[in-house]
Amino acid sequence: MKLPSKELNKILVRRYWADRVFRLCAVTMLLITLGTLAALLIDVFIDGAGRLSWPFLTSFPSRKPEQAGILSALVGTVYLMILTVVIAFPVGVGAAVYLEEYARRGWLSRLIELNIANLAGVPSIIYGLLGLELFVRAMRLEESLLAGALTMSLLVLPLVIIASREALRAVPPSIREASFALGASLWQTIWNQVLPLAFPGILTGAILAASRAIGEAAPLITIGALTYIAFLPDSLVAPFTVMPIQIFNWVSRPQKGFFEAAAAAIIVLLAVLLLMNAVAVYLRQKYQKRMNL
Amino acid sequence: MKTTAPWAFEIQDLNSWYGGRQALQKISLLIPERRITAIIGPSGCGKSTFIRCLNRINDLIPGFRVEGRVLFKGQDIYDPTMDPVEIRFRVGMVFQKPNPFPKSIYDNVAYGPLIWGTRKGPALDTAVEESLKRAALWDEVKDMLHQSALTLSGGQQQRLCIARALAVEPEVLLLDEPCSALDPIATARIEELLLELKKSYTIIIVTHNMQQAARVSDVTGFFLLGELIEFAETKRIFTNPVDRRTEDYITGRFG
Ligand SMILES: Nc1ncnc2c1ncn2[C@@H]1O[C@H](COP(=O)(O)OP(=O)(O)O)[C@@H](O)[C@H]1O
Ligand SMILES: [Mg+2]
Repeated sequence: MKLPSKELNKILVRRYWADRVFRLCAVTMLLITLGTLAALLIDVFIDGAGRLSWPFLTSFPSRKPEQAGILSALVGTVYLMILTVVIAFPVGVGAAVYLEEYARRGWLSRLIELNIANLAGVPSIIYGLLGLELFVRAMRLEESLLAGALTMSLLVLPLVIIASREALRAVPPSIREASFALGASLWQTIWNQVLPLAFPGILTGAILAASRAIGEAAPLITIGALTYIAFLPDSLVAPFTVMPIQIFNWVSRPQKGFFEAAAAAIIVLLAVLLLMNAVAVYLRQKYQKRMNL
Repeated sequence: MKTTAPWAFEIQDLNSWYGGRQALQKISLLIPERRITAIIGPSGCGKSTFIRCLNRINDLIPGFRVEGRVLFKGQDIYDPTMDPVEIRFRVGMVFQKPNPFPKSIYDNVAYGPLIWGTRKGPALDTAVEESLKRAALWDEVKDMLHQSALTLSGGQQQRLCIARALAVEPEVLLLDEPCSALDPIATARIEELLLELKKSYTIIIVTHNMQQAARVSDVTGFFLLGELIEFAETKRIFTNPVDRRTEDYITGRFG
């Protein structure tokens, strides 16, 4: 196609214009997003930073806002998170190994796959209702740490399965072939070669799932986790509370002091989340290096 | 307990398919023991498919299917009573791209003996050392056995893969274009090694490099479009081919 140079020039000028306009739109969108996030963080910090102190972390909640602390909520969150991972990790990884390595590809495995993807998108309160019926009532676990962890495990299980399957799929086929060619069985290949390579990826997924779990309040409120706990859970069946519930409770109080305590608790929760995500990013980086054979 | 039968493999009317597509058609040939058999032919003609039938590694590919008989030391390896794991134990394989496990050099070689029941200890150490020596790699790595295998050069990695395959003491070694990712010096070392190994192993090597086939092999099969066109002593194939297509291929008239 031949164009006179004046025509060509005009087309090019128009194109560069479109380019610039589009770029401006994109940058604006980015600024809106970042701006909102920054405003939120700044607001929380202004409200809560003054309240952050060692006693705040080591005191139980109180009716007097200036004495209230998050010890029981922080410990409850850590316990819940550990228990959830302990339950969901083996089940999720096992399911992923089955689906990825053993199950025959067919309509059934595709149906299961689709359902797991859908379960990952189910509103968390639905899991709360399931937990209430199944764990709290049918299994008579009451409003215990164990009931909470089991409910949270259901919630994060689809995420763990999906992340684990991706990690398993990323193991190069050449590694499997090398193992099979030596006469290794499927199980030996999975256990000795595939899982070790996929492990950092699986762990990354588990950490992200756990960080999802510690931000959730709705399912735990549904199963009846308490808000005022002035002791630390001493067994799996002890009542408990977690940080999002404590925050929810404080912001619904009229006193300004509780409002500040809520902001301070949000900062602590964010710090925990940030830390977990940093670990996940670090692991992913390390993992990609090992995969590039 | 080696038999003295002259054939390692007797292959009769081997057909194979990937899904609906036929990849091999009526392949029949006899592979001699303790010789090097080369498989040559243009890419896509079924060379890899053919040797991957010999240790049943293609069983892992969904939709892959075989018909015909592959007798290994007189036993049909596709017989329903045969365990593919046992066949892969007796018929080792080295792949086109070096594929060491991302572990130490020692662990790479030790993996086979470990899954076949050797315990950690002096016996395993000896097995690793012996295999590395047979693969002509020992002198280069003896002081860094616990370093990652991925730090080795491509040629060293490929010799490590050979050592890893030898560590389970197979009877046959299949090599699928083992030198295609290597430089000429590394290639020469592997060829030297194969000539040494053929004293105790049956070797089948796929190569797209005709000089390589001429240099190392005793018999050569020429494949084209999934068919075996000609199979004879290497010297004969390269000096006096019977089929016109073989001649065209080795003289470089197509490829
Ligand atoms: N995993 C596979 N799935 C489907 N078709 C395949 C697969 N591997 C090879 N083929 C087909 O089989 C034919 C033979 O391939 P291959 O044995 O790899 O040839 P070569 O090793 O001689 O280059 C080719 O047409 C190729 O496209
Ligand atoms: Mg090939």
